[in-house]
Amino acid sequence: MIRFILSKLLYLVPTFIGITIIAFGFVRILPGDPVLLMAGERGISPERHAELSAQLGFDRPIWEQYFDFLGRLFQGDLGNSLVTKKPVLDEFLTLFPATVELGLVAILLATLIGVPVGVLAAIKRGSWFDQVSMTAALVGFSMPIFWWGLLLIIFFSGVLGWTPVSGRISLLYFFPDVTGFMLIDSLLSGQKGAFASALSHLILPSVVLATIPLAVIARQTRSAMLEVMGEDYVRSARAKGMSQARVVGVHALRNAMIPVITTIGLQIGVLMAGAILTESIFSWPGIGKWMIDSIARRDYPVVQSGLLLIAGLVMVVNLLVDLTYGLINPRIRHK
Amino acid sequence: MTSMTRILLAASALAMTSAMPAFAKTFVYCSEASPEGFDPAPYTAGSTFDASAHPIYNRLVEFKKGTTEIEPGLAESWEVSADGLEYTFKLRQGVKWHSNEKFTATRDFNADDVIFSFQRQASADHPWNQYISGISYEYYNSMEMPSLIKEIVKVDDYTVKFVLNRPEAPFLANIAMPFASITSAEYASVLEAAGTREDLNNMPIGTGPFTFVAYQKDSVVRFARNANYWGPAPMIENLVFAITPDAAVRLQKLKAGECHLMPFPAPADVEAIKADPNLKVEEQAGLNIGYLAYNTTMPPFDNPNVRKALNMAMNKQAIIDAVFQGAGQVAKNPIPPTMWSYNDAIVDDAYDPEAAKAMLEAEGVTDLSMKVWAMPVQRPYMPNARRTAELIQEDFAKVGVTVEIVSYEWGEYLDKSMEAGRDGAVILGWTGDNGDPDNFLSVLLSCASAQPGGANRAFWCNEEFSALVAQAKQTADVAERTRLYQEAQVIFKDQAPWATLDHSTQYVPMSNKVSGFVMSPLGDFTFDTVDIAE
Repeated sequence: MIRFILSKLLYLVPTFIGITIIAFGFVRILPGDPVLLMAGERGISPERHAELSAQLGFDRPIWEQYFDFLGRLFQGDLGNSLVTKKPVLDEFLTLFPATVELGLVAILLATLIGVPVGVLAAIKRGSWFDQVSMTAALVGFSMPIFWWGLLLIIFFSGVLGWTPVSGRISLLYFFPDVTGFMLIDSLLSGQKGAFASALSHLILPSVVLATIPLAVIARQTRSAMLEVMGEDYVRSARAKGMSQARVVGVHALRNAMIPVITTIGLQIGVLMAGAILTESIFSWPGIGKWMIDSIARRDYPVVQSGLLLIAGLVMVVNLLVDLTYGLINPRIRHK
Repeated sequence: MTSMTRILLAASALAMTSAMPAFAKTFVYCSEASPEGFDPAPYTAGSTFDASAHPIYNRLVEFKKGTTEIEPGLAESWEVSADGLEYTFKLRQGVKWHSNEKFTATRDFNADDVIFSFQRQASADHPWNQYISGISYEYYNSMEMPSLIKEIVKVDDYTVKFVLNRPEAPFLANIAMPFASITSAEYASVLEAAGTREDLNNMPIGTGPFTFVAYQKDSVVRFARNANYWGPAPMIENLVFAITPDAAVRLQKLKAGECHLMPFPAPADVEAIKADPNLKVEEQAGLNIGYLAYNTTMPPFDNPNVRKALNMAMNKQAIIDAVFQGAGQVAKNPIPPTMWSYNDAIVDDAYDPEAAKAMLEAEGVTDLSMKVWAMPVQRPYMPNARRTAELIQEDFAKVGVTVEIVSYEWGEYLDKSMEAGRDGAVILGWTGDNGDPDNFLSVLLSCASAQPGGANRAFWCNEEFSALVAQAKQTADVAERTRLYQEAQVIFKDQAPWATLDHSTQYVPMSNKVSGFVMSPLGDFTFDTVDIAE
């Protein structure tokens, strides 16, 4: 098992180096530079432009800037935002809990709904439930998130008035960040109604963010279940006169879960992509919105280090998924 | 899904009973962007100034509410020397600084604070110039303060003298701008001693109508009424900015009562907002101009008659109707009609495709094909440049001119549109900084601004026009300046370096409960005069 973990970790090194190059290069490939954007319609004289670029270190050869970035990175310095002038890591750590909170609730929602729907669709293959749920999953998978979010806001917040429009908690509540997780902090604050308010603010964004992963998980569960249900051991179990619940629950589902867990793990990347849009619509102060703003302003240090942190995170989650996989299925770690 | 949803909905129902803050007089503003920081000097965005310069700080002189006129601020009065080179300000006494957990002022505002506020921007050697590394003072620079201000002299604790290198008529308007906000020198020394200099930007101390309470990044900014404010105290006790970047979501929040007032509605939503019985909309002509700048150095656009002919081919009213949905007016001058010295006697080139075609033929221009640049972003003076370009394309086709529409990413657009030898005419615009005509005519159309890095995207250099504008800038007498600017506008119209497209209307939707909000022609959002009905 240790060899398995080490071999997996070894793979991370070149991947990580590759990501630093992509993260560094990506924002610089984009046309327009931060100094010009700051000057706006007014324009900026070539001398002043050169002066500011030099001040920010953009006048040096690109490879020199890259190695500088890499060097600082290994010292734990991710640089400062060009706009707010604050350390990128500080900003990331401030905003990250909001994204994690939203992501966790979304993935929980997607799993708790997606897996049972997939199982049910597989068991009742060809039934109306199967047809309707799988069509819905296809629609969910192709949903333009921005439009979907706005639609939900207009209906549930505007027409019905059931949910708040945006934000993390009612402005009535004001307490210091302890963990950065609003659900926890609202409980810690001891203020009456704070937790309910935080929860109500999570509903729409998490539903929107969960939509695509839910669709993927439901479809993956269904196909994995169908495959397993056709296996000999399931037939044997049936032949032995086991109840449907036992066959499905004990024999089929457990084996079907392996590809499903991988799928859930892979959804972390999808969640991060979805978070960018979801957070923008719901004014959710997380890292998705932060990245979008920073890309628009060509805030190089934020974009490159932010991408790196996010990519690093996705890598770690994928590694954990791989390891879990190895735990569940010994054949994989002995390969 | 049902049981889960039910639990969540029950929770939400519980929370909704307290959707709006119940405590006393809290005003919620759904702002459009996060503040970059709370020290106004290093920043350029209006959304940053709305959360810093306006609620927290004051300046020596201020723009009178709802106008671009100058009125006393932290300076009670001032005198200008006969040669226009010395401005002596008498400072207001008894102005209290805010306090926070790290700082309680031991003295009132005085001349040291004024000198500190300007010197830190002026001198690279000043200990506070780089209090955050990599910081720069773009407004201070772009308003030409470094070459303008010779020295700032403390005459006594409550008298400060600015000595200039040349007479500058817009000087007072310039120092009423956010970058010239006055910060506390004493607070700076306290932070210096504590080793937390960046708190000048994070935990601001000012003299303004509101004190800073807290900022939750990208989410909420909180302010409280300044009980010791030297001016009329605000009516509301708490001011909250709920940062909401999407215009459609801002509107939903306004409708749901989650905020009281919002900036920048989508033009298409304005009619519906007006029809909503719980909301009202205030509107004002914006201090802006949208234009199409020809490259006046390239044939055939170096010929004023060709430019005029193209202007006549353009149905500008149709653009206002289709793109602005009526939220604007056709522009005939390079400055907006609400600005002093606007020359209303000028007659716009009438829309007349037949005459335009004949004029082009008379100039020997046939089979002309050209590029029209449309920027990719929405700006206050131009909600949809692409659509505008398409309408221009149709209009020009009617006079036999083929238009290719091009666009670039915003930063690149700003850059490429200033390249010498640029191919095509560029849609762009401007929003005034300080209400002075110089801020339009000199910045956008003078010979100096036609140099690389300037904002003159027509590359138009008319010596006569530039001389008039330069003369006006050094003239103190407003009547004389007005005459000079009006004359300059005549030259502009005659030479037609631009097609002047529009002056857009600014809308501010708000709850019916809100009173006392005054729209600013400069596009600032200030809340020291607002009140809300219970």
